[in-house]
Formats: sequence, structure tokens, C-alpha cells
Amino acid sequence: MSIERAENKDMISKRIVLHFPQKLVDKPIVYKLVKDYDLQFNILKAYVTPQEEGLMVLELSGEDEQFKKGIEYLESCGVKIQPLSQDVIRNEAKCTDCGLCVPICPTKALVVDPLTSRVLFYDNKCIACELCVKVCPTRAMEVHF
Amino acid sequence: MRTIKEINEKIKKGQAVVVTAEEVIDLVERKGPKKVAQEVDVVTTGTFGPMCSSGAYFNIGHSKPKIKLGGGICKINEVPAYAGFAAVDIFLGATALPEDDPQNKVYPGEFRYGGGHVIQELVAGKDIKLEAFAYGTDCYPRKKLSTYINIRDLNEAVLFNIRNCYQNYNVAVNLSERILYTYMGVLKPRLGNANYCSAGQLSPLLKDPYYKTIGIGTRIFLGGGMGYVVWHGTQHNPLAKRKENGVPCVPSGTLAVIGDLKKMRPEWLVGTSMLGYGVSLTVGIGVPIPILDEEICKFTAVKDEEIYAPIVDYSVDYPQGTGRILGEVNYAQLRSGKIHIEGKEVPTGALSSYSKAREIAEILKSWIKKGEFFLTESVAPLPGLESGYTFKPLKERPIE
Repeated sequence: MSIERAENKDMISKRIVLHFPQKLVDKPIVYKLVKDYDLQFNILKAYVTPQEEGLMVLELSGEDEQFKKGIEYLESCGVKIQPLSQDVIRNEAKCTDCGLCVPICPTKALVVDPLTSRVLFYDNKCIACELCVKVCPTRAMEVHF
Repeated sequence: MRTIKEINEKIKKGQAVVVTAEEVIDLVERKGPKKVAQEVDVVTTGTFGPMCSSGAYFNIGHSKPKIKLGGGICKINEVPAYAGFAAVDIFLGATALPEDDPQNKVYPGEFRYGGGHVIQELVAGKDIKLEAFAYGTDCYPRKKLSTYINIRDLNEAVLFNIRNCYQNYNVAVNLSERILYTYMGVLKPRLGNANYCSAGQLSPLLKDPYYKTIGIGTRIFLGGGMGYVVWHGTQHNPLAKRKENGVPCVPSGTLAVIGDLKKMRPEWLVGTSMLGYGVSLTVGIGVPIPILDEEICKFTAVKDEEIYAPIVDYSVDYPQGTGRILGEVNYAQLRSGKIHIEGKEVPTGALSSYSKAREIAEILKSWIKKGEFFLTESVAPLPGLESGYTFKPLKERPIE
């Protein structure tokens, strides 16, 4: 999990994946993170799957103690939480280092090493937008939720 | 200066001096072409990119009772193979799709599996399903066949690619307002990206621009095994525009190649899916260039900065065949990760893997150094500039 320390030592920021089971999909939950725990979030991606499970990728930041409480609150509601960086992985055996994904990646998580000409994947920069997944000619970028 | 026979003598003795098409650039810069031509015997090239006009033919052996696939229907892992030959010869093309593939009905189609993937799985030694339907004859009574096949049991399994190894290629961009899904990858609107497909200074035909050494019969690295150039490829166009250094600055020459699929490797023949476009096969090819004289040495030392490619709009100009070119960039610019078009900085993406091209050139170098790979004299040249050979559009004559 990527943890970026903000200037204030008690502030943290993490990118997380929230899974909402079917019974929670129609309930307001996330707004409480702001209201009760004073957390900031940036929604990177959100959708409801055909099985009606809700999925949301958030960049969540706030004061350390409040952050923990906010996460505890989500979990108490039945939301499953995963760190983001585990979700898009590169199948090294399939990747041919062509570089077709590089201009498609919006966060420069995929870049060409100028020396080796190989494609580097920085999963801490990945926001799991999945644009690379279908663009990859050998389908080497895999989503694991 | 030296002949291919002499080079082969040196290879046999383990004395041949072999460098890659990248290494020769640095050598010539430091020592000059004359000295390097005296010292170096062979320069190895490499390229690894999607090459749609690829395919393989197989002889599957006769079943008991016999069946004649010729004129019938044949599917390999659901992918249709061409059966219009004798009883048990079939040809599978890299871009063939299973009948039930949704194609672009749900746009953009994913094209997860097709001929290219079957070829890769066969090479990997996997069991593959073969289904065939025939009309039945007195001598070939059987009408239906449904069996697993494996490459080791086939009589022949031969990779036969009718157009590979393009000498230079377009840089694809999108001037329109909507996203495009092309064989050059996803092109974002308003010059969102620029995709190219050549190994540049490592690419075989860019290092022998006038086909002075590469000809029919040239032995090559093909798909991890050995193969041969058998003809010029389809759409071969030697008269295409060239720069002063002789290197074409638009797509030009091509090769048709052949080789024993049984001796190839799945990491060098890779099934490929292009979103919204289709399936293909990414092929690894390496061609050795014998340094027969100083001029050939000079050609092999051409570098990315001196090789130019045309920027083409794939929203209108490519599909409509207008021939308009938005500008030119060299491969050093393309490989830097960004180029400038109409004052805009545009990120670049490659379909052709430069690092794999480098690996192929290194493998071929090691084969030659170890005496496992000997060079061949070509038995006939490829059509060159003097041939008048060109690439023509379809002369369409609508049928009333």
C-alpha cells in the first residue's frame, strides 16, 4: 500500500478499493467520512457490477487517528477494504515490453526505461483506471479484485 | 573485401567478429566505416512486432478411415483454418477469428483469441482441438473429425508469413474528436498520442536499405528458430521515397519468410489482441548482415537520428487513402517518449518492442559466435530500385 506522508506528520493519504456488498449499494455511507471523520477523498473510480456489488476506488486522506476510525466505520458497515496497489498487476511472462500502454496511462505509472528500453510499472502510481488492461496487445496487465 | 564463404569459414573456426546493429553504430562513430568494415564480419539485426500477414500450414496425417478436408470445413480451437488443399493440409492465418467471436458488435471488440493465439499455443506444445467436416468420397469416406492434435505429432508444422519485417512504418495519430481503435493501437483524440511500429536502428531492412545482402534464401532468426527469406513480402515497395542516406522514409520493402514451427519458441511468436481491431501474431525476426564491403558497413551504422518515419492521421487520411503526411520524425525522437506535432507535445507509444529486438540481435550474435548459425548466399535478389516494382492500390471495377 502506498502511504504518502503529508507535511503534518499526523496526516496520511492512501489509495484504497472499497467493495460494497449488494445490501449496501443503495445506502449513503461514504459521505460520513467527511462529516464525522473530517477526511478528504478523491473518487478515482466507481461502479456497480452486474451482480450489484459496488466498487469504489478512493484516494483517502486525513488525520492519522481519524483515518483509522473512518476505516473502522466502513468495515463496521460491511464494506471490504483493500489497498489499491494489489489490484492491477503485470504478468511479467506475458509482457513483451512493447510500450503501447505508455501513452495511455494517465498517471505515468507505465514508463519506458531509457537505458534498457523496457517498460517499468510503478504500481504505487497506478490508480487502477484499467485503461492499459484492454490496450495491452498480449493482455499482460491483469486486474485482481 | 570478404565473401560469405570466408565468413562461414571464420564462423566454423569460432573466429567470426559479430556485433549487433546497435553496437556497430558506436564502432563506426569511433573508428570510421573503413576500419570497422575490415574488423567486423557480421552485423545482427532484430525486430519484434505484430505482423498480421503471418500464418502456418500443417499436415495433420491421415485418420482411419480417411477424411478429405480439402473443400470442407476445418476449425482449430474454434478458429477456422483454410482447407482448400489436398486431404490433410491446412493453413491457419494469424488474424482468423472463431465464428462466435463478437468482433466489433460490442464496440470496441476485445478480440481475445484467434489464429495468432492458436499458433503460440501450438508452439508451446499445448494440445489443440481440431474439428473438421467433409462431404465424403469413395476414397475418403469419413465426414467428421473431432480430435486433439499436438505439434509433436504433426507431419509438418511450418510458419509461412507472406509479409513481415516492414522496412519502416507510419507513425499513427488521431486528429479527430473521438477515440480510435486501430491496428496501431488506441489513438486518443486531438493528437493524444502517436504510435509507431519499427525497431528503427535495429530493424533488418533499415540496415540493408538497398537489399544488397538480404535476398531469397537468406537464413534468419525466425520465431526463436531458424528460417529463410523465401520471397519479397506482399506490398513490397522498393521505389518508395528515400532520404539521401538511402533509407526509406515511408513504409517500403517487406519480406516473405518461412521456417520449421516445431523448432520455434512461444516467447518469440506471441498471440496478440488489438482492441477494436482484431487478432494478430507478434513475430520475432533477426537477420544477419554480412559486412562484404565498406558501403554495407556504412548502411548498418545508420542510427535512429537518421531514420525518418511519416506521421499519418488515422481518422481520415489512412482510412480514406489520401496519402497526406502531417510531418516526419526520426526514431530517436520517437524513442524519447514525446514528439511535437503542430506545436503540440504528443506522447509516443510503440507496438514493436525495442528491448526484444535487441535481445534477438544478441541471440543471433551468440548463435553465430558459437558456430550454430551459418550465413547463406541469397539465390536471387529481392526486387530493388531498378526493378520498377511498385505497390499499387486496387483497381476497383464495380460489378453492375
